[in-house]
Amino acid sequence: METVNIKINGMAVAAPKGSTILEAARYAGIDIPTLCYLKDINAIGACRICVVEVKGARSLVASCVYPINEGMEVWTNSPKVLNSRKRTLQLIISNHDRKCLSCVRSGNCELQKLCKDLHVDDEAYYDGEKTHYAIDDSAAHMYRDNNKCILCRRCSAVCENVQGIGVIGPNERGFKTNISSAFYMGLGETSCVSCGQCIAVCPTGALSEKDCTDKVLEAINDPSKHVIVQTAPAVRAGLGEAFGYPIGTNVEGKMVAALRRIGFDKVFDTDFAADLTIMEEATEFLDRVQNGGVLPLITSCSPGWIKYCEHYFPDMTENLSSCKSPQQMFGATAKTYYAEKMGIDPKDIVMVSVMPCTAKKFEIGRDNQNAAGVPDVDISITTRELARLIERVGLNFSLLPDEEFDAPLGMSTGAAVIFGATGGVMEAALRTAVWKLTGETSDSPVEFTEVRGVAGIKEATYNVAGMDVKVAVASGLKNAKELLEKVKSGEAEYHFIEIMGCPGGCVNGGGQPQVPASVRNFTDIRALRAKALYDADAAMPVRKSHENAAVKELYDTYLGAPGSHKAHEILHTTYVKRKIHEI
Amino acid sequence: MASNKIPFAGSKEQEAALMQIISEHKDDPGCLMPILQKAQDIYGYLPIEVQTMIADELHIPLEKVYGVVTFYAQFSLYPKGRYKVSVCLGTACYVKGSGDIFNKLQELLGIGSGECTPDGKFSLEACRCIGACGLAPVLTVNDEVYGRLTVDDVEGILQKYA
Repeated sequence: METVNIKINGMAVAAPKGSTILEAARYAGIDIPTLCYLKDINAIGACRICVVEVKGARSLVASCVYPINEGMEVWTNSPKVLNSRKRTLQLIISNHDRKCLSCVRSGNCELQKLCKDLHVDDEAYYDGEKTHYAIDDSAAHMYRDNNKCILCRRCSAVCENVQGIGVIGPNERGFKTNISSAFYMGLGETSCVSCGQCIAVCPTGALSEKDCTDKVLEAINDPSKHVIVQTAPAVRAGLGEAFGYPIGTNVEGKMVAALRRIGFDKVFDTDFAADLTIMEEATEFLDRVQNGGVLPLITSCSPGWIKYCEHYFPDMTENLSSCKSPQQMFGATAKTYYAEKMGIDPKDIVMVSVMPCTAKKFEIGRDNQNAAGVPDVDISITTRELARLIERVGLNFSLLPDEEFDAPLGMSTGAAVIFGATGGVMEAALRTAVWKLTGETSDSPVEFTEVRGVAGIKEATYNVAGMDVKVAVASGLKNAKELLEKVKSGEAEYHFIEIMGCPGGCVNGGGQPQVPASVRNFTDIRALRAKALYDADAAMPVRKSHENAAVKELYDTYLGAPGSHKAHEILHTTYVKRKIHEI
Repeated sequence: MASNKIPFAGSKEQEAALMQIISEHKDDPGCLMPILQKAQDIYGYLPIEVQTMIADELHIPLEKVYGVVTFYAQFSLYPKGRYKVSVCLGTACYVKGSGDIFNKLQELLGIGSGECTPDGKFSLEACRCIGACGLAPVLTVNDEVYGRLTVDDVEGILQKYA
């Protein structure tokens, strides 16, 4: 690797050619503060917080986008630099709603940290003219509070550049500049898919999910309700971050213990329903292959992806698997099979889900998601909301013991836990589909490593029982679009495609704990969290969905066979065709 | 933003002209600005219907188009009324109180700067010096100039066009 030698604050530093000053400084153990810059998402050098002095340069330069060159001399903490950062920050917070005490981001707000670090006090000194905006609560999943927006544009960058949607962006100019949708439509009126990536990258409290933690506690405190909870695979790989654990720590056991202590009547695992999804989806896949159904079959676990497909590829909704997502399959099973088994009226069950996802809040309100005549899932909260709930009820997370999920809907396999990472659903489906195709007695393969990893688009071909099965995996909706356009044009042909709305899959979902830019810019959080899930899979005694004993019992005693009429009634759903613009 | 929307009345001919412009420019880098300028020439303004056509044809988000339209003062989201009311906010007129006259007009017409009444009759805008500083403060309605105004004169002027 070719390196470039520069001096930072008088110290010699060698950094790879092509590095920015920000990256080179990191090699010297210096964290230059940033606000608008986010690696691979937003590099516009606009906020001026990361400015540094460069010998010979006309003015201070934005280190996030300024490349290093041989012999360059840089100062990252001279009085000129620090004063400039401070003044910039003063101007930013002069038009910021500083209700920090109860702000959802208090304690992990990047703006708050900068103000503390640069000693910018909250004084009346900043009380000049302010802009005032109404809070946009039109979407099912989130609030947009422009009064706390600092116009860094990370949200609009991730929406347009990563997700290929672009429903929010800067409008007007100067003092009136604000992030909003075209013609000030509410987010709920646009083709927003509820992925929540904008929330995950927001440095402040301007963007947040609709918090349902009070509703959860209300249900738990209602003695007439049987309140049960399911947790998605990716939650266990992200929750620990909210309590100081390193990124990629699997905290499943403590999470279960916390949920039990919060007061849920049963603590179950969405992983059970992930195994169930595989049984239904693999059956659907083989049926489509053998009986000339619509191919490629595309997975339907990700509600952000589903809404994207409905808006942007409405002619491909027939390709979507009719399987409900694991969240919904779980709720449907709980309110039919489990309710019957326990002798509880489904109306008295409150099904809470903990998801790494904000689109799940939208999904619970979709049509045909009510197998027992009541909504399959009543309340969907994010990983972040669960962390808040744990803090509110006063649990010391790190001191909790490791506990296990309740039976029977807490039983799962390794195939289910990898659902949280891009390629995981495909791999889980292959484990079962290959077993089915090669004969149900065979010792079929477990690992399909070609579909693993954080690449945006992955392809593989597997020869199974004499047939070449072509599969593709995409995560992040811009990647999904690229892949689907190839399919539509005939440039590429597949039998089975897995798509997850968020880049890297659910582990990097819009409901996961926010990771500050100072970490994100130098760490691949997708890979670290995914590793926690693959490690969990490898350690599981049972790693194939069709070997899940609780799922087998569900079929034997209640549903019949995968793909049966009853399974369809309870576990499958429908889609709608939408437009990009509804005017 | 006006709460009442003036119904869009674009014709097939206008749409054909817009499509022609888009197909001429769509492969040029930075094509959005010239397309918007010509679209405004065709329609007189850039309502959601026109911006949506442009977004769809260029395969870019509607928000991107709207962001550019609202950034530049040269673009209007509203049509001009049959009577175009223009108040000079240049230095001389402003110190003579044209700001109050402008506010009174907004109040009487129920529209903001750059907007048009729902019946399509009046549009309102602020302008800079029209060279009649001796008559300050001044406003114009189409080509008619009214000078040495007080706030109390405004209602009478509008009634002339009722």
